[in-house]
Parts: sequence; C-alpha cells; structure tokens
Amino acid sequence: MSTDSLALAHSEIPPIPLVDRLHGWITTVDHKRLGLLYIAYALVFLCLGGIEAAAMRIQLMAPHLDFVSPQVFNRLFTMHGTTMIFFVVMPLVFGFANYLVPLMIGARDMAFPRLNAFSFWMTAFGGFLLYFSVLGANGLYGAGNAPDVGWFAYAPLTSQTFSPGHSTDFWTLSLLVSGFGSIGTAVNIITTIVCLRCPGMTVQRMPLFVWLNLIMAGLVILAVSPLSAAQLMLLVDRYLGGHFFDTQAGGSAVIWMHFFWIFGHPEVYVLVLPAFAAASEIIPVFSRKPIFGYAVMVGATVCIAFVAMSVWAHHMFTVGMSSSANTFFVLSTMVIAVPTGIKIFNWLATMWGGKLDFKAPMLFCVAFLFQFLVAGLTGIMLGAAPFNWQLGNSYFVVAHFHYVIVGGILFALFGAFYHWFPKMTGRMYNERLAQLHFWLFVIGFHLTFDFMHIPGLLGMPRRIYTYEPGRGWDLLNLIVTVGVAFQAAAVLVFVVNLAISRWFGQRAGNDPWDAWTLEWLTSSPPPGYNFADEPTVQSRRPLWDLKHPDDPDWKYE
Amino acid sequence: MSPTTIFSPASTPAVAIGGLARLVIGVTALIFVCVSALIAYAVFRFRKRRDDDGSEPPQVYGSNQLELAWTVIPVLIVVVLFLASARVITFVQNADRQADSIHVVAVGHQFWWEYRYPALGVVAANELHVPVSDPARPAPTFITLLSADTDHSFWIPRLGGKTDLIPNRVNSTWIDPYETGLYLGQCAQFCGTQHAKMLLRVYVDSRDDFDRWVRQQREPARAQSQATEGQRVFQTTACINCHAVAGTVAAGQFGPDLTHLMSRDTIGSGIVPNTAENLRAWIRNPESLKPGSRMPSMQLTDSELDAVTAYLVTLR
Repeated sequence: MSTDSLALAHSEIPPIPLVDRLHGWITTVDHKRLGLLYIAYALVFLCLGGIEAAAMRIQLMAPHLDFVSPQVFNRLFTMHGTTMIFFVVMPLVFGFANYLVPLMIGARDMAFPRLNAFSFWMTAFGGFLLYFSVLGANGLYGAGNAPDVGWFAYAPLTSQTFSPGHSTDFWTLSLLVSGFGSIGTAVNIITTIVCLRCPGMTVQRMPLFVWLNLIMAGLVILAVSPLSAAQLMLLVDRYLGGHFFDTQAGGSAVIWMHFFWIFGHPEVYVLVLPAFAAASEIIPVFSRKPIFGYAVMVGATVCIAFVAMSVWAHHMFTVGMSSSANTFFVLSTMVIAVPTGIKIFNWLATMWGGKLDFKAPMLFCVAFLFQFLVAGLTGIMLGAAPFNWQLGNSYFVVAHFHYVIVGGILFALFGAFYHWFPKMTGRMYNERLAQLHFWLFVIGFHLTFDFMHIPGLLGMPRRIYTYEPGRGWDLLNLIVTVGVAFQAAAVLVFVVNLAISRWFGQRAGNDPWDAWTLEWLTSSPPPGYNFADEPTVQSRRPLWDLKHPDDPDWKYE
Repeated sequence: MSPTTIFSPASTPAVAIGGLARLVIGVTALIFVCVSALIAYAVFRFRKRRDDDGSEPPQVYGSNQLELAWTVIPVLIVVVLFLASARVITFVQNADRQADSIHVVAVGHQFWWEYRYPALGVVAANELHVPVSDPARPAPTFITLLSADTDHSFWIPRLGGKTDLIPNRVNSTWIDPYETGLYLGQCAQFCGTQHAKMLLRVYVDSRDDFDRWVRQQREPARAQSQATEGQRVFQTTACINCHAVAGTVAAGQFGPDLTHLMSRDTIGSGIVPNTAENLRAWIRNPESLKPGSRMPSMQLTDSELDAVTAYLVTLR
C-alpha cells in the first residue's frame, strides 16, 4: 500500500491498550459498532447452531443409529431451531439494519443510541441464558439439561407435569429477554427512519433497504409482543398455578399454538424482509440499473406485511380446525404469493437489459432469487390445506422452510456480507475465496435441502431421532447428510475470508462498487457520526446524480 | 416402493388429496419452469461481457403494463388453486357419518396407541383393525381422536392426511381402505422423548376376517394352568396398575390392554416383533428397546421373568 496522508496521520496516534479497546466495544452506543457486535454475535451462534444440525444429520444418516440418545436429539433440534431463529438470523438482520439504516438516510446515529446498546445486550444475554441451561437445568422427566420441548414448545409438554426441571424456564426467559431487546430495536429503527432522514430524503426517496427495514420493524412489534405475552402466561402456568395451557384443568393446548404462530408466521417475514432489502440494493448495483418498479416494490412489501398477520393458522391445518377456518387460511396464505411474486418479477426486470457483474454479492443474490422461487412454490403446496394434511410435520416442511431461511435469507445475507464488507472494514474481501464459498455452499445446500423434500413425500415425519429401515428413506437421508459437509466447508471458507481480508485485504476506498446510496459517500469505515457534512439528496440515487450531473435521476422521478 | 408414500393412495380422503396434489404440483412446476427459465436467460443474456466498454446500460425505472400483468396472472392462478383446495376441504372434513360405519376411538398415549370400538365392546392397542371398503358399497371407518397426555398426530399416508390428537379436545378423521393388507405410519406430532418410536399399523381385513377378529377380541382372557405362577407374579407386581387383562383383577388403564396380547404382531408400538424373547427383553428393561418409554423396569429375577413371559404368551 502506498503511504498516503491518511496512513501517516494514523501512525502518529499512539496505539490504544487492548483493555481500553474492549471497554470501548462493551460500552459503545455507536450504531456501527453495535451493528458489528450483532453480526459477530450471530456468527458465533451460527457455528453453534450448525454444529447441532451436523450432529442431528449424523444421527439420521442411516436408520437405527446410536450416535446420540433420543433425549439428546430432542435437545439438539430444540436448541438448533431456537438458536438459528432468535440468535442467528434476528441478530444478523438487526446488525445490518443498525449499521446501514442511519448511513443510508444520512443520519449521524440511531434515534436512541442508549436504547440501541440496551437492546443489543438484552439479545446477547438472551442467548447466553439459553446456553447457560446446558450447565444447570433439567428437561422432560428431569432427564438431562438444555430445553427439549421443541422451538415451538407446544403445550402441554411444557407444563410442570412433563417438564419438571428448569430447562423450559431457561428457554422461556431467554426468549422473553431477547424479545424485549428485539422490541427496543424495532422502536429504534422506526423512530430513526421517521425522524432522522437528511434534507431531501422524502419517504419516496428512501432506499428500498430502508423501506423494508421500516416495515420489518413494524412487524417485530406486532409479532414479538404476543410471543412475550405467551411466555409470561407459560411462566404463570408453571409457577403461579395458572391454567392457560393446562389441559388437565380445562386449559387449551390449541391457544398456545395460536399465540405461538401469530408470532411465528410474521416472524418469517421479519427475517425475510431484510433479506429482500439487501437483494433490492445489491441487484441494481451489480446490474447497473435502478430498481424496477420502486413504488410497486414498496406497495408489495406493505401488502406482504398486512397479509402476514392473517396467515398464522396455516401452521395448524392438522389440529382439527373447522372447514371454514381452514378455507380462510388457505385463501390468505395463497394471496401472499401474489405480492411475493411481484417482488421476484421486479428483481428479474431489474436484471433484464442490464450488465450483470457476477461478483460474490450478485452471485448470492441470483441464487437467492432462484431458491426463493422454489421455496415460494413449495409454500403454495403447503398452503393448500388438504395437501398440507399429508405434507405438514413431515420432512417436506423441514425442506421448505430451510429453503426459505437458508436458500433465501442466508444466501441474501451472505450477499450482504460481501457487498458491505468493504464499507464496514475499509478492506476488500478475497473474491476467489468468496466464489469458492459460493459454489461449495450452493452444492451443499442443494444436496441437503433438495433431497430432504422426498422423505417427507414418502411419509417421514420430522423431529424423530431415528427411523425404520425399508421405507425408502435411507439413501435420501444419507445424501442429505453428505450435503452438510459441503456447507460446513463453505462456512469455514467464509469465516477465513472475513478474517484474512479484515487485516490483509486491499484498501476498498469509499465506493468500490460504483454504487448509488448514501453509505458509499462517506469513508470506509465511516467515521464517528458518519458524515462530515449533512448530505442533501434530490432523488433515490444521490450518488448517481453526483456521478452523472448531465443525466440525474431526479429528472425522471 | 415405500410403504408410506403419499403417491399410492388407497382410501377416498387420500385419493381426494392426491388429486389436488397433482393439480398443485402441476401448476407450481409450470411456474417454476417459466420463471427459472427467465432467470437463466437473464443471467446468460445480460452478463457483463469481457469487451464491455464500461458505459451504463439504459436506465429503466419501471412499467405499469408489466406490473399489471404479473399481478393479474398470479391472482388468477391463486383463485383456481384456492377453489380446488376449498372443494377438497369441504369434501373430506364435512363427510357424513353413515349409521352402519365402524366407529373407533383412538387415544394417543406417550408412546403408544389405544383403540376402542365402543359399539363392538373391543379394546385394542397399537394395531388398528378395520374392514375393507368396497368403493361401490363404501364401509368407512370413522375415528375419534383423543389424547391422554400430550399432542400426537395420526398419519397413515396411503389412507389419508394427518389429524392431531390433542388433550382436552375431540378431533376426528375417517378412512375407507379399498384393499386389504397392512398400512404403516407413525406419530407425526412431537410428543416427547420417544416420539420416533410411536409407530402406527393399520390392518385392513376382509369383512369376514374383521368380524372374526372382533369376536375373538371380545372374549375374556382364558386361564392356562401352566401359567399360574406367571399370573401370580403379574398380579402381585405393579404390572396391574397400568395394564388390564379382561376377566382377571388386572384393570389398569395407563398402559396397553393385554387381554389379547398375542394376537398382535408387534410390541412397544410397532418397534419389534411380538416374540417370547422380545417380550422377555422388554419386561426385563423397556429402556433397552425404547429409551424414554414410560414403562419402568420392575427388577424381576430371571425366574420371575420366565414365568411372566410364559403367562403373557398365553394371552391370545
């Protein structure tokens, strides 16, 4: 690297002692540092959840294996689900929102920096609490430790009768604590977007990333509140003699399902909207075109959010609801396919006629597009209630929602990692390693989750620690497990790439992608309070206007 | 072929679901082919060329006609799929129960199935017997689904979709199998430690075989002289707290009814064949076959084990 004036200026500052630096990270209220903390925290838990998944896949590699006991297997899938949803994808989503939303709207920080730090630490302690249960809590019939009632924790398995130990309490408290953190962050994101936009940034000029995170935050408030309420009711049942879910005393197991899924389904959109948000920024930049149908994209997202609040019982087609209730939830579930389809077509139209540059972020987004299409189509199959009576609670469902969460959300977020890595660290990632990561992950993903659909069609239910031979499931399960090895290798390449590039990557400069949103205006990484001068914008692509003064966007909007 | 595939339906609800499934799979497959072809074409056609001059492509912001097209077409598809689904929901869920149909009450337990035939006075466990149904003259079996403890789900893929068994709630389902034979399935809702080994077996018998089975199941247990020692151990150990043997003092309700134990092919809810050795191993320590089973090991001596096994194999 050439010794430019910036480097010289740095060398004059005496190095800060490690303890002070750590202290700085722990006490920080800076949105960028908190964003990075969220992301780092999520990566640690991604590895934990991944190890749990790998252990389950080894157990299911062949029928009647004894790699783990049934008790341990039940803990593994409970911890895997809880970890991946609440302590991997949600922190990732919040991390990117925290880091990027203030930059994209030209703000100095989030609206409530201290609430921001509080929310992060609540989420963090929620995760620690969940894993602390491994040290000191008993599960079903007092057997062993760590929660083992499933991430959905259906009543009455969570009652004192069936779970006399404290593992269910750890699960409950962990979600309650991290839930408060999530609601705090959601309030913060909404307030920031509503109040702190820079001059000229009208709502119609906000990047789609900001729009989608605004809607995501609204959904968090609507979805996490009933979950927290249900957790409190469960605590009342377990310790204060309440009978909300106590079927022996006239309580209802089904009411828990309603509470859980009125959280659980909007939660899917809480996770997927930020993935859409990332794709909506990455695809235009790497296609060299503005997003196609901006207003329609916003409208479709608002539609998705509204409809998402009324589809929850499609998780309950097999619990014996009336035929009219089942029919209603078929309709609402299928309707949501329309705005989702609109988004897919708009991304496709954005690529159409562009100059597609297949750097890692774009590769991941194209794979996201394809896989999200498949996930949506299997979602339609599951949404047809009678078909769901066959597919529900089978491995087909497991394959479907991993297609959403891994094939859709995680792929888009990997794209986001590579796209914004230069901004967050000031260094470029290694493109060859990133391409290796992509291809390994694509192969592993498709080996695992394509083949996982079929055992479901052949009658294999989920959440079983072993299965009978002779049902046509054996070879398929072996292939599924083989795919896990590829995915693990891919994640290893990813982590190595991040670590090496963080310290040894080429300097990125302010705007390595020739992009158009405000975060690329400031230095990489951005300084404290982000912008030396408050930016002013005139269109959706302020940097396009700067780079093309002869043909600015605001002429066409 | 897999004995539990959903693609080989042999009962009216499963056939109705299969018809809908073919429609939904056909439509979604068509959408998949069209849209993924568009994605593939875009990726290939519009990739950045090596000799690219670095200029920006034409900046296109949107098109109302296109937006309208890809809104209206999906809406039409949704309407078709919704109506097709609604028709099957009504057909399966609102089927009338005929007066002469068989009625079974299935009760889910951790981790086994109890089957009661109230009109026939039969109590069975883990192996459900129903008569075959001629499509010309249907003889459906209606099943009331209850749970004694946690949630379970009744799922025989070839005979119909799954329906959950939920405590403090009454659910129901129905089947009318077209062919005799054994149909397999297993519990499809997580119900605790041994959810995986709560297997379902449905024996579809000819009408004569079914009537013979009912007659045999209604008889009380027959006392056999060589088994009196085993019966004494059985009745003086905690066995009878949970198990019933009709015609004796054993009247427990918590575990499977053993009156006609040897008429069943399997034990432990379908996990091993019902042989004297397996029975002995099971009684000695249920954990060895099914860790997490609710049946405790009674710490019987070898001679007691032999005696109890000898008694149980007389329960035909």
